Amino acid sequence: MEKLTNRSVSVDRSPMTLGEKAYLPAILKGLTITVGHIFKKKATVKYPEQKRPFSPVFRGLHILNRDEEGRERCTACGLCALACPAEAITMEAAERKPGEEHLYREEKYAAKYEINMLRCIFCGYCEEACPKDAVYLSETLMPTHYKRETMVYKKDDLLIPHPKKHESDK
Amino acid sequence: MSEQAQKFKVTIDNITVEVDPGTTILQAARKIGGDVTPPAMCYYSKLEGSGGKCRTCLVEVCKGSEKDPRPMPKLMASCRTGVMDGMEVKNITSPRVLEARKGVVEMLLINHPLDCPVCDQAGECHLQDLSYEHGTEGTRYEFDRRTFEKEDIGDYISLHMTRCILCYRCVYTANQIADGDREHGVLERGDKAEISTLLGKNLKNDFIGNVIDVCPVGALTDKTFRFKNRVWFTKPMNAHRDCDNPKCCGKVRLWMRGDEVFRVTARKDEWGEVEDWICNECRFEKKETKDWVIEGPANISRHSVISQGHYVNTKKQPVLIDKVIGKEPRMLLDIHKVSDVNKPNVHLSEIKGPAHSDDFENKDK
Repeated sequence: MEKLTNRSVSVDRSPMTLGEKAYLPAILKGLTITVGHIFKKKATVKYPEQKRPFSPVFRGLHILNRDEEGRERCTACGLCALACPAEAITMEAAERKPGEEHLYREEKYAAKYEINMLRCIFCGYCEEACPKDAVYLSETLMPTHYKRETMVYKKDDLLIPHPKKHESDK
Repeated sequence: MSEQAQKFKVTIDNITVEVDPGTTILQAARKIGGDVTPPAMCYYSKLEGSGGKCRTCLVEVCKGSEKDPRPMPKLMASCRTGVMDGMEVKNITSPRVLEARKGVVEMLLINHPLDCPVCDQAGECHLQDLSYEHGTEGTRYEFDRRTFEKEDIGDYISLHMTRCILCYRCVYTANQIADGDREHGVLERGDKAEISTLLGKNLKNDFIGNVIDVCPVGALTDKTFRFKNRVWFTKPMNAHRDCDNPKCCGKVRLWMRGDEVFRVTARKDEWGEVEDWICNECRFEKKETKDWVIEGPANISRHSVISQGHYVNTKKQPVLIDKVIGKEPRMLLDIHKVSDVNKPNVHLSEIKGPAHSDDFENKDK
């Protein structure tokens, strides 16, 4: 039969020599490999205290952005939901009423905005599709949850803190 | 034109077609169809006198006719130029036309606010299609775009003058379809020109809702659908009902989501023109599934964003998992129990106008 790969090696089935039959040299050879690894650099980090540097293109948890005055940028255009290959994003839009100009940037805004993190694959297409710079994938790792019910992130979970209110708290 | 059966031979982009005398180049091109057809923003075959305003349908006539083979010196608006026997027209094969069209799109977009994320027309907007196909990526315009004082023209139609490209289609519709009381027109001139209901009167005619369908941009949109959903998330279905109005055909397209009717429009053909006019009652009042006899999914071009997620001729696969594991699979999460969006007991389509913050507050209780 023709060989499928040139890296295959035929198994040596010749009877064992005296050295191999003695058993101990092979044990010692194996132990030196094991012990040698103790002195090598560790491949793991102690995670919660120690963190690996993220790649600059790392895509973590979503945020909904506000503008400089703290108004929500999202206008519920639906492009993130359209771009989402996992169909994780849903929203309902509403019209801004007079007197709500300090809350919402445009006349239309997302009254409900949800990302189902059970479905999300963190591809970042929503960030790319957003024409209003509203959705961003942050560098925060997605936390794990005990229940599926808490994995549906609503607008309150996603919105970044109000910049001005945050200053007054300090 | 002595003989009855005389036909004119026109060649558009090297494709020859025979048409009756008196047809325009645009209509001849539409007979061929496909990429050869020049785009049209203001011309509407069902409205008399429309066309000749937007200049997007410019074509190069490289041979006037059999008798006078000289080319026409300037690019011609194909919607207003009649064909001659032996005429040769270049549309997409002419670099001059493509260059001119690029300029026309730039001109149309000079004062356009480009608020597509907010606009309800996005997804079925002719200006969007046109600028994607023929426009440039950026704008060179550095000045303030024209703005208007916002005008309320009634409960059914919302007017956004900033988005208007002054195609006059709605004016012709108001004159010809919703005839009688002409209260809808263009005021002022030049940069200040605006579509308005004169003296701020409400539009009361039974067929005035058709201005929404003829508007190529989002200047006139359905207020009962305002901000309810994006068109590409709703499913277009053909439906009909027996309308009391003798002039109304009752054949419509429903834009549904689940069992909710979000919007009713007239059926549109492949050129984006309505097939038949519908009355205001059908359009604005009948927002329940039981009002309509649903015929089936409407035919939407595969290239349109509206066709996303709408699959045709699919067969539902039989569910086998219960037979494999010997029991009904346990549902781990009912999304409706968790999600605030699309609650089964809340119907956005039943709110009269656009939803507001208090609508959602009341719903949560």
